[in-house]
Amino acid sequence: MDDERNMTNEKSIIKTRNLNLFYENFHALIDITMEIPEQNITAIIGPSGCGKSTLLRVFNRMNDVIEGVRMEGEVDIDGQNILDPAVDMVALRKKVGMVFQRPNPFPLSIFDNITFGLEIHRLTQKKNFEVIVEHFLEQVLLWDDLKDKLHKSALSLSLEQQQRLCIARALTLNPEIILMDEPCSALDPIATMRIEELMQELKKEYSIVIVTHNMQQAARASDYTGYLYLGRLIEFGVTSQIFTAPREKLTENYISGRFG
Amino acid sequence: MNYRAHKLKEAVIEKIILLSGITSIVIVLLIFIFLLKEGLSLFSSVSIKDFIMGRNWYPISNPPQYGILPLIMGSILVTVGAAVLSIPVGIGSALYIAEIAPQKTREILKAGIELLAAIPSVVIGFIGMITLSPLIKNLFHLPTGLTALSGAITLAFMAMPTIVSIAEDAITAVPRQYRDAAMAMGATRWQTTWRIVAHAARPGMIAALMLGIGRVIGETMAVMMVTGNAALIPHSILQPVRTLTATIAAEMGESVQGGSHYAALFAIGIVLFIITFLINGVADIYLHRNRKKGLK
Ligand SMILES: Nc1ncnc2c1ncn2[C@@H]1O[C@H](COP(=O)(O)OP(=O)(O)O)[C@@H](O)[C@H]1O
Ligand SMILES: [Mg+2]
Repeated sequence: MDDERNMTNEKSIIKTRNLNLFYENFHALIDITMEIPEQNITAIIGPSGCGKSTLLRVFNRMNDVIEGVRMEGEVDIDGQNILDPAVDMVALRKKVGMVFQRPNPFPLSIFDNITFGLEIHRLTQKKNFEVIVEHFLEQVLLWDDLKDKLHKSALSLSLEQQQRLCIARALTLNPEIILMDEPCSALDPIATMRIEELMQELKKEYSIVIVTHNMQQAARASDYTGYLYLGRLIEFGVTSQIFTAPREKLTENYISGRFG
Repeated sequence: MNYRAHKLKEAVIEKIILLSGITSIVIVLLIFIFLLKEGLSLFSSVSIKDFIMGRNWYPISNPPQYGILPLIMGSILVTVGAAVLSIPVGIGSALYIAEIAPQKTREILKAGIELLAAIPSVVIGFIGMITLSPLIKNLFHLPTGLTALSGAITLAFMAMPTIVSIAEDAITAVPRQYRDAAMAMGATRWQTTWRIVAHAARPGMIAALMLGIGRVIGETMAVMMVTGNAALIPHSILQPVRTLTATIAAEMGESVQGGSHYAALFAIGIVLFIITFLINGVADIYLHRNRKKGLK
């Protein structure tokens, strides 16, 4: 496959060059070279087990805790190779936020979920917390529903509200990039739609990379799409092109449901 | 036919389980009734106030005095001392074992803790008596090393395995997704452990403390061996004391069945029963809350 075809004309925020990742001896990501454009929504699609989550977790180095992981190649964010052992992990994770597959608010109050990041990174003084909590809950459209129960446990919320809260929690660190790993897979279709609408709002300020195995979601909600298959990036391009005129046979098979 | 046999078997098993559940409740009730029956007669000659608040425990003088205040004070001093020593160490160890220790160290430590739990209390008391009390005697230049402090330290050793293993379970049970979320926000391991994991495991950890302390209050042998057994109101932790449990164990043999001394010992039993019942009750409530994952 020709690498040059996986490039876009936009300014890119993440660049990978010959990225390889191994779990012990298992080669999970193979020679991935791609550029993820800034302030867009980029979807990573592909069948289960193809390496989508693994790729996403490279971008904030969340794979590091897994024993036996080894990475080769380069991943540039803001001109810095984040695979460099000397990279400042705290700074990286402030810059690259993450939203998980299952909503995972902390077992704390709604308020404390929002202020957790502010507190551990000492981003602001305590007296500003109330204003900030309101701001971020507004941003994810939770404020009106939750303003009277900020000190209730976050676990008492509906799954959709929990996922919104998790997004707000990520926003508090003022990230440049938000990684979302199948953020809607625990939600019903209506909640899914509303989260997608929220993503459209967020992309004005943030670059979003979303993993999904739901092709409709990728087609609806993303600007760019990459298709991963067995650890390889088969194709990357503008979403409409990938879904209407894929260049690769494998991509075509996958999106048309004739798989394998 | 097979189906009916199956159903019958199910029903029988269910009944057996129900029966064993009821049996344990009935036994506890019977014990309590027995205690009441033997102990309440004391209060025909001694008022409850004189019993609880009385400063003198002279069961064999004439007339006898049955004030258990010194014994209560002794129990409290030893128990609180043991709690103060064992809680921070126990919780710290649990956090270390569950969150920080590498796999191998963790297994060795867990095995060690289990071993500690398996040591009979007489043995711990014996070790305390021959090693700890001389040490305390020399360290503080005391006439005797058999003090409340010796008791507290000895009991702390006995509470620790309970506290560590139950607290460790509670910490390990905190779902990974919380840790992932904290890590993804750039939290350090310490911040994650302290602000999220310890918080989420708090109900379980409190239950661990309660059960550990419960064990301390009920403990008799070790305490009897290292505290000096003087039924006096203690003014410092470096004085000999005597606990409620030690009193029963030491004097039951020499009391006359049916006599007032005998009844007084059972009345002490009632007091102990109520205390342990309360502690277990509180621990239960916390464990229950933990299971339901409820907060606030
Ligand atoms: N911790 C791990 N250890 C070993 N293999 C793993 C681990 N995590 C994922 N894998 C393997 O890597 C491949 C990609 O996994 P993943 O990135 O989770 O896929 P996806 O998110 O696309 O479903 C799978 O074959 C999976 O079995
Ligand atoms: Mg996945």
